[in-house]
Amino acid sequence: MDALQTGMRSLPELLNLQQQLKKRREQQQNYLAVCGDTGCTAWGSQNIKGVFQKCLQQKGLDHITGLKFTGCLGLCESGPVVIVFPQGIFYQKVKESDIEEIVEQTLLQGKIVERLLYQDPLSGEKIIYAPEIPFYRKQERILLVNNWEIDPSSIEDYLALGGYSAFGSVLASMDSEYVIGEIKKSRLRGRGGAGFPTWQKWEECSEMAAAQKYIICNADEGDPGAFMDRSLLEGNPHSVLEGLIIGGFAVGATEGIIYVRAEYPTAVQKIRRALIQAHELGLLGENILGSGFSFNVSVSVGAGAFVCGETSALVASVEGRVGEPRQKPPHLAERGYNNCPTVINNVETLANIPSIISKGAEVYRRTGTEKSGGTKIFSLVGKVRNTGLVEVPLGVSLREIIFDIGGGIKGGKAFKAVQTGGPSGGCLPASMLDLPTDFDELKAAGSMMGSGGMIVLDEETCMVDLARYFLKFLNDESCGRCFTCREGLSRMLEMVEAITKGQSSMAEFALLKELAAVVKDSTMCGLGQTGANPVLSTIRYFAEEYRVHIEEGRCPAGVCRDLIQFQINTELCNGCGACRNKCPVEAIEGEAKAPHLIRAALCTKCGICLETCRYNAVIKL
Amino acid sequence: MSGLAGNLRIDRKNFDTRNGESLVALLQQVQEKHNYLPEHVLRELACSRGLSLMEMYSVATFYKSFNLQPRGKHNIVACMGTACHVQGGEKVLEELSRMLGIKPGETSRDGEYSLDHVNCLGACALAPLVVVDGDYHGNMTAARVAALIKEKLREHKGQTAEALNQEIGQKAQSGCCCARLLAGEINSV
Repeated sequence: MDALQTGMRSLPELLNLQQQLKKRREQQQNYLAVCGDTGCTAWGSQNIKGVFQKCLQQKGLDHITGLKFTGCLGLCESGPVVIVFPQGIFYQKVKESDIEEIVEQTLLQGKIVERLLYQDPLSGEKIIYAPEIPFYRKQERILLVNNWEIDPSSIEDYLALGGYSAFGSVLASMDSEYVIGEIKKSRLRGRGGAGFPTWQKWEECSEMAAAQKYIICNADEGDPGAFMDRSLLEGNPHSVLEGLIIGGFAVGATEGIIYVRAEYPTAVQKIRRALIQAHELGLLGENILGSGFSFNVSVSVGAGAFVCGETSALVASVEGRVGEPRQKPPHLAERGYNNCPTVINNVETLANIPSIISKGAEVYRRTGTEKSGGTKIFSLVGKVRNTGLVEVPLGVSLREIIFDIGGGIKGGKAFKAVQTGGPSGGCLPASMLDLPTDFDELKAAGSMMGSGGMIVLDEETCMVDLARYFLKFLNDESCGRCFTCREGLSRMLEMVEAITKGQSSMAEFALLKELAAVVKDSTMCGLGQTGANPVLSTIRYFAEEYRVHIEEGRCPAGVCRDLIQFQINTELCNGCGACRNKCPVEAIEGEAKAPHLIRAALCTKCGICLETCRYNAVIKL
Repeated sequence: MSGLAGNLRIDRKNFDTRNGESLVALLQQVQEKHNYLPEHVLRELACSRGLSLMEMYSVATFYKSFNLQPRGKHNIVACMGTACHVQGGEKVLEELSRMLGIKPGETSRDGEYSLDHVNCLGACALAPLVVVDGDYHGNMTAARVAALIKEKLREHKGQTAEALNQEIGQKAQSGCCCARLLAGEINSV
């Protein structure tokens, strides 16, 4: 495998290397996949990997069983996750002390360690193999499936699974027009939020006559509650890179830029490493594989501004300026980065490209809906049982995602709403659960697809408080250029805050709705235009909750602090003193073994007493 | 100070930002080196790039990751993403703020701790999430974060009882809230 040392200069060399790596991989089918994504790492998977390594060495298994520190394996709720291959045995919540047993029992004797298996919360049944867990069984994992099989720091792993074949076939037998035609046939729509057809963006840019063009990968995943782009970059960086290179070829760009947000240091590190590997192998640079096509990629790290997800603001930020959006047209395809034609695609959009080219558009579009092909990754979070990354065909209903895959609501509570589309999106109530997840359907219902964050809310979530949260977010993030966004959002925030404090009136509520409509109609960029959505969609579906706050001065979900009180039920309180000791403001008094009392004037309603009491004596009114 | 700005070059081997031209990338380097953006460096950079100080500050203050004040030795960050919010993230941040005696964005007077909040760290399965010096701590509540910070304070203040007592005395005079907490720790020793 000389190419690994010297780099490749022709297509046959690429095919040859892939073949050799594939063969090598076939001989190494025994391996452990230890999830190395942020979630599992926080639960200690880094140490677990270390202990496995040591244990395998001690038992002399390190030549037989490989160890991969992978990207997100999906079911974050069960972290740290370890999957034993080739069987696919799924072990959850693995601790360092479990490792010896896994090696001893499963690897050496072929037995299952029962207590580490996933237990289906509905049937109580223990499930051995990962693909049989309902969470995975009902998904269609095209982009994420390789996360199980790839060490993201290894380009060999990616090549062995056929990585860069799509790029190879583009170089071998396709021209720009053909590639764009395939993307058009595939019905791929941008996964960043608006769902603009990818082929159209590419065609516009490819038609521009210019010596220099750019393609930018937008990895400024700013929507709170969405982390699929991070997981793709961290779990399978080469798939994104391959998509970017093919995109560069299609639009005639000579340079690609990956714009990653600063909050994702691991993603930055992984993609940088991937770039170095691709360069060394000759998959980037001048005259790639002797084809005459030259392409370089660099990384640009954001500096923390949500509005930079907007394409013109993103370009300003890459250029090193203040990330303010500008008026369009001229579109970026005409005047983008350095005033050159530029196309910007989202991470997940680009990760789809290799599989469209490899499988062919006809096969690809069998998944998805009439208008949008393929799968979509959602980050299913909030009050749902199975938190994690979910990849499903576009068009699957919200109910299937939240209940069949997500396992329903945590702690036996009732479903209240699901928030999709980030701060620009909206909240959909139980009556909309059968809505298909499709760009147009979600928009018509007052929300949007956004980048794929799906935050599940239960009866203990206050919709007015949530509207306040998003308004605060957007108000902080507004660049301040348009008056209606800058002032409108902050006045709306004031009004909603007043509602959460019980200091509003129905007349002011009417004004809020009017102002929301004005902000929507009169700002320049997407942030402002959709800024009123969280308010409008919660008003649309939860108007009664607003009314109760305003007219009755109550928060039915028990969230808005000025409208709730903490009290101690003297019949249940045995005077153990735990709450008194924990209370940070000394608002609780009482003699030992006698019922305690909360002094309302001092209480900050932090809820620590409620959390501390083991006798359910603290109540929230 | 001369040559401070001149020495800043983008390492092309990292395939990072073209031609070293991006001001944002340069400021990131300055911050990495000094842990904030010192005024004298901003002045020098403005001069060397032919920018007005106002233009310099407009970029430095637009982006959230830039700090114009030195940061503490230990950084505590609370995630304020939606998943964290609906599970009580705000209360966690308030408790952090109360314990450390500083508001988000501030650094404690002794330069030990900085408290920040971020929009979303993309680790929503851990919500509510607090990051202490790069270590992620998930499923936080107001009570759990209190225990976590207590433990961190104890670790960081792992000095002699005498020195600790002295420090608490100083903190109590300055009205710092962690004084009471540390005093509690001493009583239990």
